[in-house]
Amino acid sequence: MTRAGWIRTAIVLGAIAALELVTQAGLVSRHTIIPPTAMAAALWGLIASGEIVPDITKTVSNVAAAFVLSVAGGFVLGLLIHAAPRLRRALDPLLATYYAVPFFVFYPLLIVIFGMSDLPIIVIGFLFGVVAMIIATLNGLDRVPRVALKVARLSRMDPVSIALIIKFPAATPYLFTGIKLAVAYSFIGVIASEFILSGAGLGFAISYAYNNFDTPKMYALMLFILVSVTAVNMVLHTIEQRMLRRRGLAR
Amino acid sequence: MAGPGTRAGAAHAVLRGVTRIFPPADRGQAPVHALGPLDLDLARGEFFAVVGPSGCGKSTLLEILAGLSAPTEGSVMFEDSAVRGSPPDGVGVVFQEDASFPWLSVWDNVAFGLRRAGIDSAETARRVDHALGFMGLTGFARAYPAQLSGGMRQRVCIARTLVLQPRLILLDEPFGALDQQTRLLMGDELLRLWRDTGATVLLITHALDEAAMLSDRIGVMSARPGRFIDMVATGWPRDRDSTIVSDAAFGEVTARLWSSLRGESLKALGAAP
Ligand SMILES: Nc1ncnc2c1ncn2[C@@H]1O[C@H](COP(=O)(O)OP(=O)(O)O)[C@@H](O)[C@H]1O
Ligand SMILES: [Mg+2]
Repeated sequence: MTRAGWIRTAIVLGAIAALELVTQAGLVSRHTIIPPTAMAAALWGLIASGEIVPDITKTVSNVAAAFVLSVAGGFVLGLLIHAAPRLRRALDPLLATYYAVPFFVFYPLLIVIFGMSDLPIIVIGFLFGVVAMIIATLNGLDRVPRVALKVARLSRMDPVSIALIIKFPAATPYLFTGIKLAVAYSFIGVIASEFILSGAGLGFAISYAYNNFDTPKMYALMLFILVSVTAVNMVLHTIEQRMLRRRGLAR
Repeated sequence: MAGPGTRAGAAHAVLRGVTRIFPPADRGQAPVHALGPLDLDLARGEFFAVVGPSGCGKSTLLEILAGLSAPTEGSVMFEDSAVRGSPPDGVGVVFQEDASFPWLSVWDNVAFGLRRAGIDSAETARRVDHALGFMGLTGFARAYPAQLSGGMRQRVCIARTLVLQPRLILLDEPFGALDQQTRLLMGDELLRLWRDTGATVLLITHALDEAAMLSDRIGVMSARPGRFIDMVATGWPRDRDSTIVSDAAFGEVTARLWSSLRGESLKALGAAP
């Protein structure tokens, strides 16, 4: 591990240890925060009993759906917008201010349209992620070397092949920014939606535990989400670093 | 009708009155007259070099001949069919910039065009391995372009073009990133390849000695808008190599190139903002 890596690990472990000490010593009420070891034990209990497996499955599949839709949709929309410079100039300010919109205000509307199903949740996750991916795609496509496109034309490739075989890999270092944001936003969109109005999923389970003063379960689920998001991001980071190293772009 | 670039006999590629004017990038700017009008006949199997001051339209000429951009005026014929803004079959291009794909290994870079053309994998492997050996890249088949020097990356691009066995090979300052000794050796390799395949070659170079050593004929271009102001036939035998640089006639050819080019290069320098 690098020096920075060691310091990072030390900070995280230190924070956990401090929380453990403070809670074990009774400085904070157990109704407010439970010790990290208790969180882990509670989580283990929930997983071992199979109690939260349906919620996990639901949330993970919704996040996955929102993520795949944002990345694929964002890439395709980015390609289309990039191909139409006038449209792009028109959309630019809208894309730039997009994240100022609090999407959750549309949640009731989405429920009216799609009903109380997974669909409104996935749509919120998608709405959250897709524009980050569009912006990253535009940015990446701007940097595809012109000469690469000339090589493609000499091979007489059709536009779809050029998009998938030349533009996509050429833009990958920039697309990764969008992909990482799409993962984060998909998680936020899905879990927050489950929180507000849903009968299943991890977000719902947390809010349910909270309303029933089931503190251990609430913290166990929060721990689970934290660990999963971190794990997913670490995997992405590793893939990204390998790709950047291969291209001589790694820091 | 017959300008300095035309000649009698069966031509492989024919340019007539080719002109390229780039429209202004912004309102209020003037259009850029980059090239022509110029005429050129390339005989089948000829090794033709283009020299000229920088910015005179050499790369523009190459792109028009390759069908990558359309001339504003004039016509291009390749193997008796018109080329207009779409690349014909049988033309291979090595670009001035590094055109290797950083996401593919050296081997996959070289195999790229073959796979696109639907050549079967055994034949692809045979041709790629041969081209890598030819270009001295065998030990780097699994490396990625980022791990190679600029000169080696350019060799990857040359190999990627050659495996397609083009009948017309267009090279835009392909040895620019190489040191002088390697340039001479690569020139020898290029000559050998040209002899073995019978392809027609158009080589753009800024090195007068390279043009003089490799070519049957050299077109000297004026400062922008580029036109041919001189055509120099070298009269070298077909089985020549870089040792020709010690020939007395070699000095005469380079001297003539320089005397044609000197004034134009000064103009290009003076015209620079
Ligand atoms: N896409 C373009 N738009 C506007 N001007 C261009 C474009 N491409 C080339 N030019 C101009 O045309 C001239 C010839 O360019 P080029 O063919 O690249 O020259 P050379 O290869 O001889 O150095 C240059 O002045 C260049 O600035
Ligand atoms: Mg050039």
